[in-house]
Amino acid sequence: MKTIYLDNAATSFPKPEAMLSAMTAYQRNVGANPGRSGHGLSIDAGRIICEARESLALLFHVEDPLRIVLTKNSTEALNIALQGGLRPGDHVITSGMEHNSVMRPLRFLEGRGVELSVVPCSPRGEMDPEDLKKVLRKNTRIVVVTHASNVTGTILPVEAIGELLQDRPDVMFCVDAAQTAGALPIDVEKMNIDLLAFTGHKSLFGPQGTGGLYIREGLDQRIAPLMMGGTGSRSEFEEQPEFMPDRYESGTPNTIGIAGLGAGVSFVLEQTVEAVRAREEELASRFLAGLQDLRDEVILYGPQDASRQTAVVSFNIKNVTSSDAADYFEEQRGILCRPGLHCAPSAHRTIGTFPRGTVRFSFGFFNTQQEVDDACEALRELVKRKGKPGS
Amino acid sequence: MTTGNDFAVVLFESVSHALGAEKIVKGSGIGCKLIHVPRHLSSDCGICLRFHAADRERVEALLRGKLHFFEIKLL
Repeated sequence: MKTIYLDNAATSFPKPEAMLSAMTAYQRNVGANPGRSGHGLSIDAGRIICEARESLALLFHVEDPLRIVLTKNSTEALNIALQGGLRPGDHVITSGMEHNSVMRPLRFLEGRGVELSVVPCSPRGEMDPEDLKKVLRKNTRIVVVTHASNVTGTILPVEAIGELLQDRPDVMFCVDAAQTAGALPIDVEKMNIDLLAFTGHKSLFGPQGTGGLYIREGLDQRIAPLMMGGTGSRSEFEEQPEFMPDRYESGTPNTIGIAGLGAGVSFVLEQTVEAVRAREEELASRFLAGLQDLRDEVILYGPQDASRQTAVVSFNIKNVTSSDAADYFEEQRGILCRPGLHCAPSAHRTIGTFPRGTVRFSFGFFNTQQEVDDACEALRELVKRKGKPGS
Repeated sequence: MTTGNDFAVVLFESVSHALGAEKIVKGSGIGCKLIHVPRHLSSDCGICLRFHAADRERVEALLRGKLHFFEIKLL
């Protein structure tokens, strides 16, 4: 049976061939530690990292590539922004659609005296920026929202939020782009984003263990590094360097991973984000349209409008648990998806699926229309079978 | 070898800066090479950009305002 991979919101698969060859080329021909010596191979390793940073800067419209800190994932990036940027007595605002990569650091900080406001979202996961405006306080230091929900795919109004925060330069606007970097256009200038956390292994087609954080110029002194150590720079001093990106990049980096990330980002730049988006929107749209005749049996969550969501669709089938459905899809149809709570209890409460969870199909750039049709057919078959004895 | 006054080096705060500078200088057709920072200039473990001392003014003009560097030293 052919495998149909519909778990791209967890990590994209497969990857472009160029990503694999960049990783093997680094390990076979370079292999050295970047920035730890002046020999040729070390410099070549440093160049690989430099180029990856430059590609990322191009993608997110960041003028100075050194404003991008490379991390192991978006969770680490968000922790630097939140734990590094909030002190007891500060106020932080987030949405009711967040992943635990935002909610857990915030709940931890709440226990340490940081005030937290969660802006409620509609049952489809949509947020009205006016609701956010209402909870702004004098001591608000960070507004952190996801660009798109990992549960429903709902795209949040990042540009509108960035705009309404323009008259509050004391508030840092942090966007969690784990689901959107590479999949939706992101322009940190146009969107007034101060802190952009992204992962490398989803729509940027890098390997797992890569990600990063863009920090707007002038804000690094307000954000303390979480980790300190060797940077290969200013070795005569025992204090952490103050300059970017070394202030936040301690220890030997994941050079092989960053080599793959750089190649993945180049792939996205070649295809263009607009083309990736158009393709994914078409796949999601086809899937939603294919379920129309099952609306009595299948409960869909989120906007149910491909233009207002990423290629992530959450659903439940009446009287079938999400885990049973996922087992059926894999065993009978070779479809790999994700059931359950998707690490976002707050989002599930918002859409009314806590603790039941949902089945999540997440399409990616490499999925085909035929695979979408097969997925619809599998759902139709499961709906048909569920009433029958022994099914 | 880099003895005498034939060569000069630009010193930077990090490898990222040195690599950026190499791109700019090489891109304008001036010969240069990234080398270990000579011990007598700094105890830092980083790298610096070496070029012919005769190109000093051109290199300085190319980098000034574009990329932060510490200083240019004759070897």
